[in-house]
Amino acid sequence: MENTTKDYSHIKGWGIDADPKNDPTYPMKNRTDAEQTGYSWDRPSLQPVNTEILRSIERPNITAVFGTSTPPSGLSGMLRRFAFKYSESSYGHWLPLLLADRVNVVEGVLDDLKNGHVPNIFAEKGMKAEWQHNRLGVIQKLAVAAVLTVGVIAYVKSRQDEDDDD
Amino acid sequence: MLAMNYRGPQRVRVSQKPMPEIKHPQDAIVRVTRSCICGSDLHLYNGNVPDTRVGMTFGHEFTGIVEEVGPEVEKIKVGDHVLVPFNIACGKCHFCRQGLFGNCHESNSQATAVGGIFGYSHTAGGYDGGQAEYVRVPYANVGPTVIPPGMDPDDAVLLTDVVPTGYQAAEMGGIQPGDTVVVFGAGPIGIMAARCAWLFGAGRVIVIDKIEYRLEFVKNYANCEAYNYEEMDDPVVFVKKTTDWMGADVVIDAVGAEATGNTMQTITGRKLLLQAGSATALHWAINSVKKGGIVSIVGVYGPTDNLVPIGNVVNKGITIRANQASVKRLLPRLIDHVQNGILNPKALITHRIPLEDAADAYRMFSDKLDNCIKPVLIPPSARM
Repeated sequence: MENTTKDYSHIKGWGIDADPKNDPTYPMKNRTDAEQTGYSWDRPSLQPVNTEILRSIERPNITAVFGTSTPPSGLSGMLRRFAFKYSESSYGHWLPLLLADRVNVVEGVLDDLKNGHVPNIFAEKGMKAEWQHNRLGVIQKLAVAAVLTVGVIAYVKSRQDEDDDD
Repeated sequence: MLAMNYRGPQRVRVSQKPMPEIKHPQDAIVRVTRSCICGSDLHLYNGNVPDTRVGMTFGHEFTGIVEEVGPEVEKIKVGDHVLVPFNIACGKCHFCRQGLFGNCHESNSQATAVGGIFGYSHTAGGYDGGQAEYVRVPYANVGPTVIPPGMDPDDAVLLTDVVPTGYQAAEMGGIQPGDTVVVFGAGPIGIMAARCAWLFGAGRVIVIDKIEYRLEFVKNYANCEAYNYEEMDDPVVFVKKTTDWMGADVVIDAVGAEATGNTMQTITGRKLLLQAGSATALHWAINSVKKGGIVSIVGVYGPTDNLVPIGNVVNKGITIRANQASVKRLLPRLIDHVQNGILNPKALITHRIPLEDAADAYRMFSDKLDNCIKPVLIPPSARM
């Protein structure tokens, strides 16, 4: 094989972590008896469970600590609970979760409106940065959107006119 | 407190959220001083990771000042300035005891395939992350590490993920002196993997991407060759040709689910979500590595299926190694490398952005605007 560079003195630290023993294509893992003891370690103290935590059916219990961000709620929560009836190996688990995520977006907008907050979609999508650094791209996107909108309106209107003629 | 707040695919805002609380005796509350946006945050941002809930705060690369500790915390104290590895690890389970701190079995109830990660969906444990003014840090005796005196906070924040992940990518490659190493992806992780490949004695390092300003950066930063795959007929044939038709000894996938370069993968993996992201880089890695060679994967993919040429893995006798970086295991060595000037992580940071402008920061990073390589969010209290 061709090496385009032979002198590595210009590369600070070249070879300092080289380890000939780190060749995973040959040695097998060195197992010890300690590894065969299964789920037997001295568990950390357990975080009190005072919110709904969904649990993978591939484990026997809730972990000693867990995140408490955004517990399941509403329709998306129902979908998430359904998903956790299936293992991580199943589409029955992941597809309902993806669907729940999309439903959750609508729920988020409804929550905002219920709380008197109209989401500023343009700001949330970072359009200020886009406008600042990619003005031409923004104009192109807007132009494409405008053409598509006009096209759809024209198509719908022409269909309506045809129906009226009939 | 102010916190980044996910509202749906490509929609985030910064809003007021309740202060985090101690919920476990080994918790700490940290006031954030730096918080990066990671390339893997873009998978969440684009809605590609299942169980990413509206209202969640992202951010798994952060530093901060310890404000409060639980009664069982002994290793850090109030007032310490700490860097916090992205893995949430108990330090006691079967996996942590092997140094697999990215695979802790006591930090993620929702999935067994991955340990807990700050701000990375409920599939990674449902923890709010560090793109906020304050964050709850579980297992504070294990992960958080006091930033050594004199270390630049911009270097420290990149030791939470970018440096260890790039380094482990090279380490998992089992690089032997003189090996040719190909890195797919010139994002922050690919850049760091290319730099670290030399530390293991690589004979030649090649980075392949399509974004010119990043290729130019990595060429200078990592002293490597850098090529644009859009200027090649076929990146696999290119690698074969440039290695005397043998293939590279080691190929690193530092791209993951957001890869471009293959229309079918892009449509099925990114547009229709029929697979767990676009596996283009992994596909190229498998096909361009030498027979008997090693593919090291640190690019992040979702938990469902991917289309990859598994038959070639068998026929070529390839070893595939992959994992989330085990940050705690690697930190002592990497802190030394930074302090000795061997690694210079902060050079990757191109944008320092107020936390309040997180939506613009995400857009800028996602769309590669203004030659962005690595954006860091800085909360108001850290700007005073």
